[in-house]
Amino acid sequence: MDAIFLQILNGLDKGGAYALIALGLTLVFGTLGVVNFAHGALFMLGAFCAVTFQKLLTLSKQVKDESITFFDAYKEIPYLEIWLGDTGAAIIDWAVPLSIFMAIPVMLVIGLIMERGLIQYFYKRSHAEQILVTFGLAIVLQEIVKSFFGANPIPTPAPDIIAGSANVGAWFGLGDSVVYPYWRMIYLVFALIVIGSVFAFLQFTTFGMVVRAGMADRETVTLLGIDVERRFTIVFGIAAIVAGLAGVMYTPILPPDYHIGMDFLVLSFVVVVVGGMGSLPGAVAAGFLLGILQSFASMNEIKSIFPGIDQIIIYLVAVVVLLVRPRGLMGRKGVMED
Amino acid sequence: MTKTTITRRGVLKSSAALGLAGAAPMIFVRKAQAFVNDPGDAGSVTLGFNVPQTGAYADEGADELRAYQLAVKHLNGEGDGGMLNTMQPSNLKGNGILGKKVEFTTGDTQTKSDAARASAKRMIEKDGAIMITGGSSSGVAIAVQSLCQEAGVIFMAGLTHSNDTTGKDRRKYGFRHFFNTEMSGAALGPVLESSFGNDRTAYHLTADYTWGWSQEGSIKKYTEALGWQTNAAVRTPLGAGDFSQYITPVLNSGADVLVLNHYGKDMVNSLTQAVQFGLRDKQVNGKDFQIVVPLFSRLMAQGAGENIKGIYGSTNWNWSLQDAGSQAFVKSFGAEYGNPPSQAAHTCYVQTLLYANAVETAGTFDPCGVIEALEGFKFDGMGNGPTEYRAADHQCFKDVLVVQGKENPASQFDLLEVVQVTPRAQVEYSPTMEGYEGDLGTCAA
Repeated sequence: MDAIFLQILNGLDKGGAYALIALGLTLVFGTLGVVNFAHGALFMLGAFCAVTFQKLLTLSKQVKDESITFFDAYKEIPYLEIWLGDTGAAIIDWAVPLSIFMAIPVMLVIGLIMERGLIQYFYKRSHAEQILVTFGLAIVLQEIVKSFFGANPIPTPAPDIIAGSANVGAWFGLGDSVVYPYWRMIYLVFALIVIGSVFAFLQFTTFGMVVRAGMADRETVTLLGIDVERRFTIVFGIAAIVAGLAGVMYTPILPPDYHIGMDFLVLSFVVVVVGGMGSLPGAVAAGFLLGILQSFASMNEIKSIFPGIDQIIIYLVAVVVLLVRPRGLMGRKGVMED
Repeated sequence: MTKTTITRRGVLKSSAALGLAGAAPMIFVRKAQAFVNDPGDAGSVTLGFNVPQTGAYADEGADELRAYQLAVKHLNGEGDGGMLNTMQPSNLKGNGILGKKVEFTTGDTQTKSDAARASAKRMIEKDGAIMITGGSSSGVAIAVQSLCQEAGVIFMAGLTHSNDTTGKDRRKYGFRHFFNTEMSGAALGPVLESSFGNDRTAYHLTADYTWGWSQEGSIKKYTEALGWQTNAAVRTPLGAGDFSQYITPVLNSGADVLVLNHYGKDMVNSLTQAVQFGLRDKQVNGKDFQIVVPLFSRLMAQGAGENIKGIYGSTNWNWSLQDAGSQAFVKSFGAEYGNPPSQAAHTCYVQTLLYANAVETAGTFDPCGVIEALEGFKFDGMGNGPTEYRAADHQCFKDVLVVQGKENPASQFDLLEVVQVTPRAQVEYSPTMEGYEGDLGTCAA
């Protein structure tokens, strides 16, 4: 029972990340009709917003390390600690959550530049060409990040106070062995809040209503004299922010490197396809579903019956879903079928 | 009109002339290139450094490359000479190798066997590398070693810890200075017994490739001999990133020791996540839960930060050693790069010097001569005490260090504490021991 509870929790946590990334991807597809292979790169850029912010906070003075006698070694003491003492150290400790404030405007600008500067010229081109150009863009962005930050992962820890784990078992009257890291639970809650906000924005604002109308019938909305394209550009910016925030918050779980986006790209496409191209609830449902299935497939009891199932479960589910429901779980008729 | 007459004598003469003409280039070529990439009369010789510059082991790769560049400097008589001054016996003169200036070419293995083979092939065929060295993964090392055997080029393995590299996959052209999982198990066993006792249940998380399997096998062998039980051994894909779904089952498995058969980036991630899941604060079966990382390196310790404290593992070499060879190496590496070398850097530096010395001893770059000079070579002054390149499997035998993450580091580099130097005799095994038998093959010349 404890084991199942833990795997559900772990699945929800993984699913939160998948859903968050897939949400932006399917949003862009649903509005702009673009298959954006650079979406993983946006996740990566978000993660590097956190890295950059941490680097800015830890700009350091080099002081000679007297304990090393073999050669001249230097230790780095951040200026913030020199100037502000313990307060400075506390600010550095909270670098990752604080970097959200930097990531939102930065990702919005990156998203707008990307859409206006490149992607808008490919709206009327075939999906194959869109994939090629966005994939190329992703590689360019990766290489730029690599040349600035190197190829190695950069540790970006969570604040000390929430670095450990909580005894979740005690909350639910289960055994002591049910513990879960605070940060992963925060990630899950954060993912739910962001997903909820995006849905609320689309559902309850005039802007959202126009966007939804544009997604359903672009031509009619344009004929009504509404500049749908400009709104869609902003949607692209929002998708960039969502992907970027997913990246920022993921950094304490996995130290980011330039390749982190590509690792998630394939997965998020599978999530979108399983959920149904262009369907927002589909992407969220599929994200959580695949996260939980992947977590369960990693249990030793399951692996002893189907060895290696943990590695292929996601793709297996995708194959089955596409065979049974070719439009995905919640796909609409007519999308990607022209 | 001319009449052409064909005489018997004429035919014989022309065929002899044709034969000679045909054979001449072959003779010249053969003489000019008695072996692959023979430098001949050229003033320089090229070494091929094949290291992971991207992928799970990129940290180690970057440090390996720094060590190789330092070795080249020292071989060419630049800098302070490093271990050239402490190596015993040594024929190195600091004037290149056999008087030829040492140059190098590099490749990125990407921690993938196919990419590593492609870059090694490129270095041999296009850049004229006389020797290939490097690799920070056993899968890569074994793949490149067999390519070098086919190509007739010496392979001086870098960081590779799987038994198979000099066990079932040993090759005549391949040599390994680094220790292996069998030695790690033999060295760690007694320390684990004295620290954690005989009544323990272990849970293994294992990188799913040759090194992981080898490491898991060796640790199981030696811990089960102590009376420990193995609860489960779970394989994880190399470069998995998020190990959470593999760590959650450990929590209520009943195991009280987690053995992380991971290295590099994988180990940093899995250890960090295991600590995040509270494993180190846990009590199971009335005992404190323990984590063991059988193969340790300072670079990993740096990436894992606080999480490494108190954890046991083994290492091939550590910069804090006080012998003359280690100190000379640390001094020149530190002066050059501003931080002490890792164990990966050490083994790569030593391998380059050992190769150069073998060429000087043999008086030729001919691989067969070099192999002869390396087989059974006994040396000292390279940081590990008296060491021997065993002829039967091309594996170096020396003392093995058992280390523990330091509780109170004196500096940012002072992360590992040597808790035991296990003597060579305790970690030595027969080259024909079950599971280790292999065929070296022959030297092609």
